[in-house]
Order: sequence, then structure tokens, then C-alpha cells
Amino acid sequence: MLRIHYDDYESLRTHGEETYPNECCGVLLGKNIAGEGNHVRQIVRAGNTRTDSAHNRYHIAPQELVKIQRQARGLGLDIVGFYHSHPDHPAQWSKTDFAEAHWLGCSYIITSVDQGKAVLTNSFLLTGTGEDDKNFEDEPIQIDIATHVAEAEAHNQKGQE
Amino acid sequence: MNIHIPTPLRAYTGGLETVSVAGATVNAVFQQLTVQYPDIKQHLFTPEGKLRSFVNVYLNDDDLRYLPNKEETAVTEFDELTIIPSIAGGKSC
Repeated sequence: MLRIHYDDYESLRTHGEETYPNECCGVLLGKNIAGEGNHVRQIVRAGNTRTDSAHNRYHIAPQELVKIQRQARGLGLDIVGFYHSHPDHPAQWSKTDFAEAHWLGCSYIITSVDQGKAVLTNSFLLTGTGEDDKNFEDEPIQIDIATHVAEAEAHNQKGQE
Repeated sequence: MNIHIPTPLRAYTGGLETVSVAGATVNAVFQQLTVQYPDIKQHLFTPEGKLRSFVNVYLNDDDLRYLPNKEETAVTEFDELTIIPSIAGGKSC
């Protein structure tokens, strides 16, 4: 299961509305919790370099990814996934999404944006051990309303004591 | 020198985000990396020994593909390598 704070969830959906009719993209920073899944602590908006075909393609410049990975390291976080939008198209992964997915164990969030309005947001976990057996699996999203996922976790832990 | 490992490949470095590897060139460093962590090799290189097309490598802030000497570029212990698989996709139609 993917856990994400409500503000981050809304922010990535809004990003898709802002870039409509083009695709938006960004990076999910957080931690993978064994037995639970990826917990998002922060999202980072990225630029879509596919200006030649931004309405149906996205690409994040590797240089920008390097900077984002550095940023994550400084925060004690990891890159745990990515997000992008599908303008006037379902929130399901495409053949292109699958062919270009290489971050095994990471979550790929897709938001459908119909006529400029964000509609559905789905997450897919890239599973497998390599390019030969990789697979996208539907991944439930848990949206945390508390001010921060960490606070929610601390609250839950305290409640169990 | 330090090599920063992306999340999906840390399964092959014992969970380490940063590993320290010695070598005089990028190529030598990569060879040593695959000696220290043999399971990472198939994820970085094709069976022919070429860096996989979706794997980006940065030497400090420079894309290795655009350096004049590419993998034969000389490095020091103060340099840093970052391995970063590409991110792309889209609805396609």
C-alpha cells in the first residue's frame, strides 16, 4: 500500500490540472517500510522535457533526478516513486509507461485529467527482479489527513502503547 | 570514490545508498563495483558489457555520455558517481 499525505496527494493532482493539456511529472520522496509499502513524505515537482510531445509523453531530465536524489539524501529520504498525468485519458499505465519503467519497488502514480480537471488517481507498484520479469501491480493508496505521515505513525504507535 | 546507488539497486549493495569503490577511471571503478557487489552487474550492463540504455551515470554533475573520454575518464577519490535510471512514459496515443 502507498501512503501519502492529503496535501501531497492534492498537490500532485493540481499539478496535472496546471499543466493540462500537457502531462505533468514529479518525484515521490519517502521511505519503504518493510511489510507495509512506500510511505511518501514529500513530493517534488519536475519539469517535463518532452516539449516536442508533452501532451502524451513525459521525461524527467537525469540531471534534475540527480539533484532530487541529492535533496532526498539530505533529508534522510529515498526516491520511492514518481507521478505523472494522463490528459483526457484513463489513469491506467500505458505500454509506454511500462516500457520506460525501470525503478523496481517504486510506486508510479497516474492521474487522469479530463478537460483540465483531475479525476482519478491510481498507483501501480513496479514489481519483479529485473527487466525480464517486471510487472505493474495495482497498489491501494492510503491518504493521511494528519499533518504528516510521520505524525500519524507516531500517533498510532502511541495509541498501541 | 563514492558511488550513489538508486533505490531499486540497493537490494544488491546490502541496502547501502552510498558505496565506496577504488579505481583510476570510471571503467575501473565500475569493474571494482561489480567485484564487490556482483549481483548488481546484470542490472547495469548488457550481456555484451555495455551500460544499459536506460541507466544514466553522472560523474559529479556531468553526464558520462558527454564526457570526451566517457568510461575512460580519470577519477580521484574525491569525485562522486551517481547512477540514476531514466524516468519517462506517457499515455502514448
